[in-house]
Amino acid sequence: MRHLIIGAGPAGVIAAEHLRETDPQAGILLIGDEPEPPYSRMALPYYLTGNIDERGTHLRKSADHFDRLGIELRTGTRVTAIEPADKHVRLEDGREEAYDRLLLATGSSPATPPIPGIEQEGVTPCWTLEQGRAIASGARPDSPVVLLGAGFIGSIVLEALARRGVELHVVEMGDRMVPRMMNETAGGLLKEWCEKKGVKVHVSTRATAIQSGRNGHRLAVELEGGEVLDADLVITATGVRPNTGLLEGSGVQVDQGILIDRNMQTSVEGIYAAGDVAQGRDFSTGEYSVQAIQPTAAEHGRLAALNMAGRNVPHQGTLNMNVLDTLGLISSSFGLWQGVEGGDHAELLNRPRYRYVNLQFEEDRLVGGTCLGLTEHIGVLHGLIQSRLPLGVWKERLMQDPTRLMEAYLACTQSLSACKVLH
Amino acid sequence: MLKSLALEPAKCTGCLQCELACSWENEASFNPSKSRIRVFTFHEEGRFAPYTCTQCAEAWCLHACPVEAIVINGATGAKEVIEDVCVGCKVCTIACPFGTVNYNHDTGKVIKCDLCGGDPACARACPTEAITWVDADQTGYDRMQAWAARSVESIDATQGGGA
Repeated sequence: MRHLIIGAGPAGVIAAEHLRETDPQAGILLIGDEPEPPYSRMALPYYLTGNIDERGTHLRKSADHFDRLGIELRTGTRVTAIEPADKHVRLEDGREEAYDRLLLATGSSPATPPIPGIEQEGVTPCWTLEQGRAIASGARPDSPVVLLGAGFIGSIVLEALARRGVELHVVEMGDRMVPRMMNETAGGLLKEWCEKKGVKVHVSTRATAIQSGRNGHRLAVELEGGEVLDADLVITATGVRPNTGLLEGSGVQVDQGILIDRNMQTSVEGIYAAGDVAQGRDFSTGEYSVQAIQPTAAEHGRLAALNMAGRNVPHQGTLNMNVLDTLGLISSSFGLWQGVEGGDHAELLNRPRYRYVNLQFEEDRLVGGTCLGLTEHIGVLHGLIQSRLPLGVWKERLMQDPTRLMEAYLACTQSLSACKVLH
Repeated sequence: MLKSLALEPAKCTGCLQCELACSWENEASFNPSKSRIRVFTFHEEGRFAPYTCTQCAEAWCLHACPVEAIVINGATGAKEVIEDVCVGCKVCTIACPFGTVNYNHDTGKVIKCDLCGGDPACARACPTEAITWVDADQTGYDRMQAWAARSVESIDATQGGGA
């Protein structure tokens, strides 16, 4: 049995490791198109702030990790086509690699917003280690930088740029920061916080053109309404798109991402998909969507490997969740944070302290939540939602005080009197 | 022989000595907010419940970590955070469904129970044996009994049929 994995990000690497564990005899080839050892995009902001060096971004730290596991890793190698009829893929240099089972873990790429002048030098996403290096050398203290997009990724990059001491402007089309992760109250608080920390946040607007600079700066960004911002560097963070280009003519069906069934298999037998590129099952809705988050990539990778190795392990669906640190204000969102029709919600807001908790219930079960300025035990929100735990009397108590999440979880899962819990 | 922390809420008086012992052992300060074990209070029932990482087999935190900063200690079985490797991204704090990985604002890293390398300070400090350090297999039945009914794992497992 020969497993071939395209994509050496978290989904691909975790799949390779689980394949080795589940199928000790199989051949495993892991192909990545970037020249670096497998690394984490999530760690790039910490590299930008100087918190870690390049090695700190690597997914696995020991140099012989893949060798030791008998996983053949080939970096800097691009797959250009998939030919399922012959069960092989074609590489950039024309050679073929055969497979019995193929995993598509090709990830996603930053979208390029349709703005005149976007192709200029000095305009870049913060997506690859190579781009990270360029930003690290270009984003000098006090130099003006414009960040296009204040979604989840934009806000992570925002943190790193602000910490480098640049003069930062953020431009977001939505009416608040992270509009797809938080409601008006939370997104609005986040904006106020960033402004208090010296970041200029422009919402409900967009860049209409990027021109060559003036006043000694490389670029100038023109906003809707006419305002012009100087910039030495423009960073784009306006969403990502699944990398499905190489599937053309392969017969693998693509919607928003690669369509997969509950066993992570695509429309072509023997071909699986995982991570940012896969349109997988969402725990909350039961529908299939592209989540493009780290915990989902990890879960997809594990499940794809088990199913590729012949185990029948259906995907229960992953919970959409995010955590964000924006200049010290930590926010998180889980599941159906917007709430459900006919559901109840509990809200706690302390505006001066930038503290906000919003819980969403369906009957007496928690289905979603948002936290701002609260970091203690927030994972239990994930547990309460994913276990679909009936809260009984604790629903009312959480409506009164939404911070008592751990108490609710413990009271509903353990008898507080007689039982002994072994850890 | 592998040992486990046994927590018995019924024996807990809420004295919080475990929290002080934990924060002293791990953070060199008497600061319950930095403790890896926490005692939760139930006024309505007049009860207390100590709770910390279950060192669960699923190891959600470990698998969610993007930089391999959480590893298994071969001797104790504990999932440990390597502070030098942790970048402070906090993904593990939302991935852990038990809410037992926390972010430490002072260090910019996450903290969780590491069983103190095999001699947990909380168990030593507990005056009422609500927290004990016992042979894991000896009390396997208790463990099953305690968790069988309504733990996250058991509910997860049943979803295969219904969801």
